Amino acid sequence: MYVIIVGCGRVGSSMAKQLVDEGHDVVVVDEDPSSFRLLGDGFPGQCVVGAALDWDVLRQAGIEGADAFAAATDGDNTNIVCALIAWRAFEVRCAIARVYDPLRARVFARSGLHTVCPTEQARVMMMDAVHACPISTTGE
Amino acid sequence: MFVVIVGAGKVGLNVARSLTHMGHEFIVIEQRRSRYDLLRPELEERLLFGDGTEMWVLEEAGIVRCDLVVAVTGDDEDNVVIAQLAKLEYDVPKVVARVNNPRNQPTFDLLDVDATVCAATMMISMIQHELPSHQFVPLLSLKRENMELVEIEVSDDSPSAHLAIDDIRLPDGVLVTAILREGTALLARGSEVLLPGDQVLCLLAPGREKELIRSFLPSRKPEEVQAQASIDTISE
Repeated sequence: MYVIIVGCGRVGSSMAKQLVDEGHDVVVVDEDPSSFRLLGDGFPGQCVVGAALDWDVLRQAGIEGADAFAAATDGDNTNIVCALIAWRAFEVRCAIARVYDPLRARVFARSGLHTVCPTEQARVMMMDAVHACPISTTGE
Repeated sequence: MFVVIVGAGKVGLNVARSLTHMGHEFIVIEQRRSRYDLLRPELEERLLFGDGTEMWVLEEAGIVRCDLVVAVTGDDEDNVVIAQLAKLEYDVPKVVARVNNPRNQPTFDLLDVDATVCAATMMISMIQHELPSHQFVPLLSLKRENMELVEIEVSDDSPSAHLAIDDIRLPDGVLVTAILREGTALLARGSEVLLPGDQVLCLLAPGREKELIRSFLPSRKPEEVQAQASIDTISE
């Protein structure tokens, strides 16, 4: 599988390392070249420096042949827009955007974009954890 | 008309002032505290503090009942998202967006923003218009109206040279509106004769550029002429 990851932060870099370990071809795109340090020494994938909104940068990352595209920069809007470009302009069928804001995540998911909302997932897990707490009997 | 403007930079502020003069209702959203504090005395309750890509902020501004959204922040990804939210979630009849970096123009086009304004592109068009070496300059694109305004030179070997407007054969969907000659503009009336070296302003349907170039600049390759006029080589 050929995967493009945009944003080499904690999520992007660890996804990249895991995908490489699994034997996939990985390209990581980030505006800041120093962020590639998170990939560690000897990362066998390709690193592209540039803004992922720029169609030429995406082409340079090989988007025309990509099987999957994951946008995990620290900006919701950047992730939404570059995933929209991958999906709508370059027909990457599996284009995923990380969107912290649950409202925006829902609107774009409804329009067909694959969104992952960590906030919503944290809410569900925190609620489950709270519901699982034993109720104290002291004071009754 | 009620307009929601996102971004109170120079562009947003001046749009707001113009709307005031025209007597329209509007609200401006600004997320930088210092800019908000600076403009609050002038715009009063028509200035709202917040991130205009947050839906609750847009709703507080009244996006549900607005006739037009103007997305003029300094970030293209924000302007794209605002335009998308306005269309997808709030059925806003019309959205106008600012393109900060001309390299992002294809994204705005891809996502069907009604109208985009790019200062850099306009500036380049104006410069090309002033340069004698540019024989073809796209001046204005009205997406929703499906109409473009371009300027093109009449070459010596054009079949239209030395003919009156009424007698020239133009491709379908092209209208010559004005002739620029020696620094003045003439309305393209039927009896007006085109001379080699004239610049003509043409209205045309998008996609007719190549036929137009073949008709006025027959010895040039349309693809080359268009490539020369395109500005997508600009980088940040």
